[in-house]
Amino acid sequence: MEDLLSLAIKAIFVENLALAFFLGMCTFLALSKKIETAIGLGIAVAVVQAITVPVNNLILNYLLKENALLQGVDLTFLGLISYIGVIAAMVQILEMVLDKYLPSLYNALGVFLPLITVNCAILGGSLFMVERDYSFAESAVYGISSGLGWALAIVALAGVREKLKYSDVPKGLQGLGITFITVGLMSMGFMAFSGIQL
Amino acid sequence: MNPETKKTLVEPLVDQNPITLQILGICSALAVTTSVKTALLMSVALTVVTAFSSASISSVRHHIPGSIRIIVQMTIIASLVIVVDQLLKAFAYDTSKQLSVFVGLIITNCIVMGRAEAYAMKNGVKDSFIDGLGNGMGYSLILIIVAVFRELLGAGSLLGYKIFPLTTDGGWYQSNGMMLLPPSAFFIIGLLIWAVRTWKPEQNEEPDFKIHESHVHGSAEVH
Repeated sequence: MEDLLSLAIKAIFVENLALAFFLGMCTFLALSKKIETAIGLGIAVAVVQAITVPVNNLILNYLLKENALLQGVDLTFLGLISYIGVIAAMVQILEMVLDKYLPSLYNALGVFLPLITVNCAILGGSLFMVERDYSFAESAVYGISSGLGWALAIVALAGVREKLKYSDVPKGLQGLGITFITVGLMSMGFMAFSGIQL
Repeated sequence: MNPETKKTLVEPLVDQNPITLQILGICSALAVTTSVKTALLMSVALTVVTAFSSASISSVRHHIPGSIRIIVQMTIIASLVIVVDQLLKAFAYDTSKQLSVFVGLIITNCIVMGRAEAYAMKNGVKDSFIDGLGNGMGYSLILIIVAVFRELLGAGSLLGYKIFPLTTDGGWYQSNGMMLLPPSAFFIIGLLIWAVRTWKPEQNEEPDFKIHESHVHGSAEVH
């Protein structure tokens, strides 16, 4: 249990997907101009991440691993294509379920849901799960907490950027440039968490 | 080479650079730049995937139904990435371990998808291949510049060869460990964008709010 807790803290703060591994940067930079959009996108990523990482863990362990499906057959090289397939399918299913049962949330997330398929944070989460050999319980915790960490980072950045647009920034640095510097400073701030011992 | 082809190839290097202008493919650009070697390998991998995926998507563009085109593109890209991944594992195992998940993440790299969607779906096979090559090279250029800074200042070496002798080995250069950590990548790209936009002012972004001249210069005039 303590292991899982420390894994969760680590995934949210120390090894933050956006700030320590640069995952999901494209959407992270493009859609962090307003806090509301950032919150919507953050929630969507956290939900999809929490579903896809454990599902991909099952796919890996019961279909792809050596001797899992057939004796003597190792299908791990098909990993990449199956994970992205699972992610695309999950996003589609989630979209339909939300549309039917939670239309208000569906409307709030709007265009972001389909975009999540190509968000590197999602595929990255699954690939880290494979690389670190997480068990099913660990991958469930990792999925939830890494998604939350990403959401936290984008909401924080959006908060900073909302204030930043009133400040006097040098011409060439306006927009993208200053955002990079801000994210760099935030990432330095998050590095302070790396001293946490549980 | 005719001028049109040359333009497709050269334009993404600075004028239409995928990273500094189009904000595409930054996801993996930053993580692999701690050493020049990994950056080079990643650049080659991405350029190959972009060029060949653009070419193959362009060759089937008249047969893909519009509604499922994303899935088709994704499958083509994923298959190419698997090939590249397996090749790297076979011939450059140690470096492929250092690249860890980032080779796999080429699938979701926005440059590949972006070029497939924006260019390859509308143009011929040869042009698409050149366009993919050009964009891959634009990405590589930024990646290598960032990697040179980070490896030189962070470890005093380039491609593993000593350039600055470190104080720990009796030399004069005190290495800057910060350069090997994630934040420095953001700073370097931020400053690089600043440099490019000072050189090419037409890439500047319009500010959301204009700051009134009198406030900028601190005069107390009341309007």
